Amino acid sequence: MRRLLAPLPLAVICAVIALIGLLGYGLASKGGDSAIDEALARGEREQAPALALPRLEGGGEASLARYRGRVVVLNFWASWCEPCRAESPLLERWHRRISKRGGTVLGVDVLDVTSDARRFAREYRLSYPIVRDRDGGSLRDFGVVGYPESVVIDRRGRVAAVKRGPVDDAWLRSRVTSLLREPA
Amino acid sequence: MRRLLSLTAALLALGLPAAAAAQCPKTTLGDIEDEVMCPVCGTPLSLATEAPQAQRERELIERLIDRCRSKEQVKSTLAAEFGDDVLALPGDDGFDLTAYLVPGVALLAGGVALGLAAARWRRRRPAAASGPAPRSEDSEARLDADIDRYDL
Repeated sequence: MRRLLAPLPLAVICAVIALIGLLGYGLASKGGDSAIDEALARGEREQAPALALPRLEGGGEASLARYRGRVVVLNFWASWCEPCRAESPLLERWHRRISKRGGTVLGVDVLDVTSDARRFAREYRLSYPIVRDRDGGSLRDFGVVGYPESVVIDRRGRVAAVKRGPVDDAWLRSRVTSLLREPA
Repeated sequence: MRRLLSLTAALLALGLPAAAAAQCPKTTLGDIEDEVMCPVCGTPLSLATEAPQAQRERELIERLIDRCRSKEQVKSTLAAEFGDDVLALPGDDGFDLTAYLVPGVALLAGGVALGLAAARWRRRRPAAASGPAPRSEDSEARLDADIDRYDL
């Protein structure tokens, strides 16, 4: 025991413990943020994280704050994601439906080659606004770990629903329609 | 005249490929993909064999190479597309700073430990280099008796 308490072994032990602690902190800090999912599980609506990103086409920037007062279906996608191809026509139909009633789909193209993303948007004739998150900085704030994922935000800018995976008609109907009836 | 034409043709044949190489600094996918990351996979691109995003990234790199972009130009384009994290270098702020600090601190600590260990070893060593150890009276008497016995 006395040998362990000698300065050199003690320093080595402390260094090893510090490195293990550092590793643990690093792993914890790289994980996704689950605050949104936890709040929804409690039946609460948390204020959506801020989002301001460059537009995929046309230059300039678009922010979530700009859509305050509207119901937003925030959809995280990428052109290389196969399930995203399947859900895009559905999202386009829903965008045309809800844009007349104070709603919008807002696409977030993540970790994608710009030309590939633009080709994708043209191929599927996507008319909803799309922004580009080149390095995935927004993923952690919204707890996104896969593609596609969608977050529904109410007129007051609060997260009302989350879908970790592709959306379908039934899901959008159950989550979005009621929000459109809520006042701003 | 014919000789002059032949000489000119020979010089051109030697010079043109070099000029072309200077204008089109061909790099290769293999040269780049172990120096950049697959941002979705979190691994170097060379290790991400199946990921769709990695395939798209490779296609982009090959398009840029076909357009005679140098290695540095290709890497700059990738950084513009995906952010600096694609360059397989740890960040230099927040937790990522430890990637640079920890090896340096570990080296320093190792050097200090070695120095301390060397100092301790030197202190413990018997003073053999400073000359023969002092003898006791008993050993002196034994030594004298041995010398007398074998005196030639």
